[in-house]
Amino acid sequence: MATTATIKSPSKSTWSGGQPPMKASYGKLMMWFFLLSDAFTFSALLITYGVIRYSYPQYDPEVHGEVFKFSTEYWPIPDYVFDGVPFLHGLHLPLIFVSIMTFILILSSVTMVLAVEAGHRNDRKDVEKWMLWTIVGGLTFLGCQAWEWSHFITGKEEGLKGVADATKFFGANLVQNQYGPQGFADLFFFITGFHGTHVFSGVVLNFIVFYNVVVGTYEKRGHYEMVEKVGLYWHFVDLVWVFVFTFFYLI
Amino acid sequence: MANIHTEHTTEVAPKNKETIKKIWRVTAILAVVTLVEVGAAYVFPRGLLLFSFFIGLTLVKAFYIVSEFMHLKYETKSLIWSIMLPLLFVIWLLVALRTESAEIFQTKFSDETKTEIPVENKE
Repeated sequence: MATTATIKSPSKSTWSGGQPPMKASYGKLMMWFFLLSDAFTFSALLITYGVIRYSYPQYDPEVHGEVFKFSTEYWPIPDYVFDGVPFLHGLHLPLIFVSIMTFILILSSVTMVLAVEAGHRNDRKDVEKWMLWTIVGGLTFLGCQAWEWSHFITGKEEGLKGVADATKFFGANLVQNQYGPQGFADLFFFITGFHGTHVFSGVVLNFIVFYNVVVGTYEKRGHYEMVEKVGLYWHFVDLVWVFVFTFFYLI
Repeated sequence: MANIHTEHTTEVAPKNKETIKKIWRVTAILAVVTLVEVGAAYVFPRGLLLFSFFIGLTLVKAFYIVSEFMHLKYETKSLIWSIMLPLLFVIWLLVALRTESAEIFQTKFSDETKTEIPVENKE
């Protein structure tokens, strides 16, 4: 190697300023990092569910009897808790309703992608249409969530005999739980409630953006990046539901 | 407000058929994977094998949502790593607390570790 010093021409390195180093605007970047923190929050919640669940005995047909029934002795099998479908009273249909909810949320995610795509093309009419469908999907999901909660709180016909007194109690709240250990009900309310809060705030944000699209705010601005930012949030809500679906309903 | 949009056109660009086709293809994948999960829940016995299968498929769905719908696949490498690397801590938390839950179970329900409660009338 020659030992002559060469004078470097001033190079514009990626991180020397004057340009977005990650080729994403400030707003998008901050949305990503917020979602990262939110992912930690939900991870902690779901891992907590796992910890509390596995610190209780699991249902074992050889020990607890062949026919599954609710008991505070062991953690319930979700298939027997969430087996209701609206208008089909009394049938044992595990996972059906919650799968419908999953599809609704995935579809609203798809309409959101289509809204973002329309935004890239400056197609206001299309953005309006797809944003509206996304909002409808979000509201439908929230309606399903409300049904699920009321169903869970009301409980099943058979109920459960109390340990302290012999009266039966039905359903679940924060002090008693028909389905099994108290922690099961508490975690159900907390995790699905926290996710539902995210969905609700997402719908509100989507509506604000939809309003701005309609009145032409973004058309004046010349780009539809705001649709992309709320889109990221909305997809995240869908992503979290995919995990809740697996860890709360499937396993 | 700095933004990277330098083009300020008000012209409506035509629909890109390829992009829209791709969006619907990802939708189909997500739907099919969900159906497979539900089907497996009905057919196979509950157990570690089935649960591993569920978790695997969940990660497949997560990959498609994050990479395609959230567009992360097409961002710069530095942004992808900034988001993905910190998530490794989640795996650590999972392993640590899963171990802990086994310990809690031992302490609460296992006979070997339970402290003996003195019984009054021993025969």
